[in-house]
Amino acid sequence: MDMSVSSLRAQFPILSRTVYGKPLVYLDNAASAQRPLMVADCWRKLSLEENANIHRAVHALAGQATDAYEGTRDAVKEFLHASAREEIVFTSGATAAVNLVAFSFGEAYVREGDDIVVSVDGHHSNIVPWQMLCERKKAVLKVLDISENGGLLVSDLEKCISERTKLVAISHISNVLGLVNPVKEIVQICHKKGVPVLVDGAQGIVHESVDVQDLDCDFYVFSGHKLYAATGTGVLYGKKKWLDAIPPYMGGGEMIATVRFSGTTYAPLPEKFEAGTQNFNAVPTLVPAMALVKEMRADAAVLQEQEAILDFFYTKLTEDERITLYGTDRSAKVPLFSFGVKGAHHEDLALILDKMGIALRSGQMCAEPLMDRLGVTGLLRASFAPYNTLEEAEYFIKCLNKAITMLV
Amino acid sequence: MTLEEKKQQVIEDFSLYDEWLDKYEYLIELGKALEPFPEEKKTEDRLIKGCQSRVWLDSEVRDGKLFFTADSDAIITKGIISLLIGVYSGRTPEEIAADDFGFVGEIGLKENLSPTRANGLVSMIETIKKVAENGR
Repeated sequence: MDMSVSSLRAQFPILSRTVYGKPLVYLDNAASAQRPLMVADCWRKLSLEENANIHRAVHALAGQATDAYEGTRDAVKEFLHASAREEIVFTSGATAAVNLVAFSFGEAYVREGDDIVVSVDGHHSNIVPWQMLCERKKAVLKVLDISENGGLLVSDLEKCISERTKLVAISHISNVLGLVNPVKEIVQICHKKGVPVLVDGAQGIVHESVDVQDLDCDFYVFSGHKLYAATGTGVLYGKKKWLDAIPPYMGGGEMIATVRFSGTTYAPLPEKFEAGTQNFNAVPTLVPAMALVKEMRADAAVLQEQEAILDFFYTKLTEDERITLYGTDRSAKVPLFSFGVKGAHHEDLALILDKMGIALRSGQMCAEPLMDRLGVTGLLRASFAPYNTLEEAEYFIKCLNKAITMLV
Repeated sequence: MTLEEKKQQVIEDFSLYDEWLDKYEYLIELGKALEPFPEEKKTEDRLIKGCQSRVWLDSEVRDGKLFFTADSDAIITKGIISLLIGVYSGRTPEEIAADDFGFVGEIGLKENLSPTRANGLVSMIETIKKVAENGR
């Protein structure tokens, strides 16, 4: 293990704990990443030293808390390379952000007989809100398929889009297939037809440097907890023209300009979409989390270890005849692997691997339509973060082989 | 063997293994040894709800006693249901309904499954109890 990988690991105290007396090997990062010290310190400082409700009060603490919260908006704007800070809306997570758009965009633009296009590799959070919208408006939900190697079938996209298509909602990286979808190309195709695009970046933001102006997507959503920040934080990026045009999602404090029983006017962006007390102790943890992400992406040794893991794991899983890997397009692959084992149930494998200290995901991974499409009842998923090591990947393969021997 | 004796035997069998991996090996053996369950009986109404894997349970009454057969697409789960029906099959509905299923706690099975899987175990126990109560 390289020095910079071991010093990176030292920032995540949980990585040195044991489970069942064995060293923890945490490979469930796609579900939630671990928290580094600097994120915990940030939360602790805000909670114990700078806690006060933001925006309204004139006292010193409220000022500090507001600065931390609004400073985070600027940092996220930089991180996503958005064109204005008003385009960054804080939510409780990616799911809340998709629901916000599905409701507010739906209210403004979707009518009976219109349609929305989603993708078969979508997480339930980027399918169900659209399904609910379609039910509410008597609109039609259309589905973009994947190709044999797991990538979105971009060649089918034009066919999916009709005169009545109001929005296309896709994932940057599927949480099952682990492939980077060609978002920029997809956006270009959709825009040529005048259709806006929402990108679920819950996994994408973790593995890719995102420039929303370059992608030209209309909405981009992600969760903080998968990016090493505190749970209950999330971001909706939306182009100003859309956020201005769509109505508020929730009513309440903060989101208003004036309130009269004769009628209420709403606050300008971004407060218009931030009703009620915000998660102000947690949102600023995005700042150290994003700083760490930038640091990891600039660290040659960390990148090299990641590349080595990707190579090793991809090779091991694809050359083993007992194993079927889903999402095989090597050029688009990130270190997130979902696979099945011939003759062994994913639940059995996960149970045995758990006892060997390995945390990974088994089951449908919030993507039932994709499981149906692949013809499986569930899969195993190992998802890596930059603090994982090649040694851990090797240990996993050894344990997987032992588990398979026990079962088959 | 009485119900109490049978439970005691399971507790002793289980205590032979220190390591949980060995206990799983034992459950896998139990699962593999379970007699074949007819495909046509794998119906929706025989599925036990609340398990991550699919578990089917069937029962019939002979001479006033309940006999269970079961299957699962996951082998450890199959071992667990095999262990349960091995203890309760061939008992009277009254005897099963009155039992507290406490031996499952004694072998530490529930504690060593993740919450979703522990829920599956609870569902299996509740289904067996319900069958017994309906059969009284």
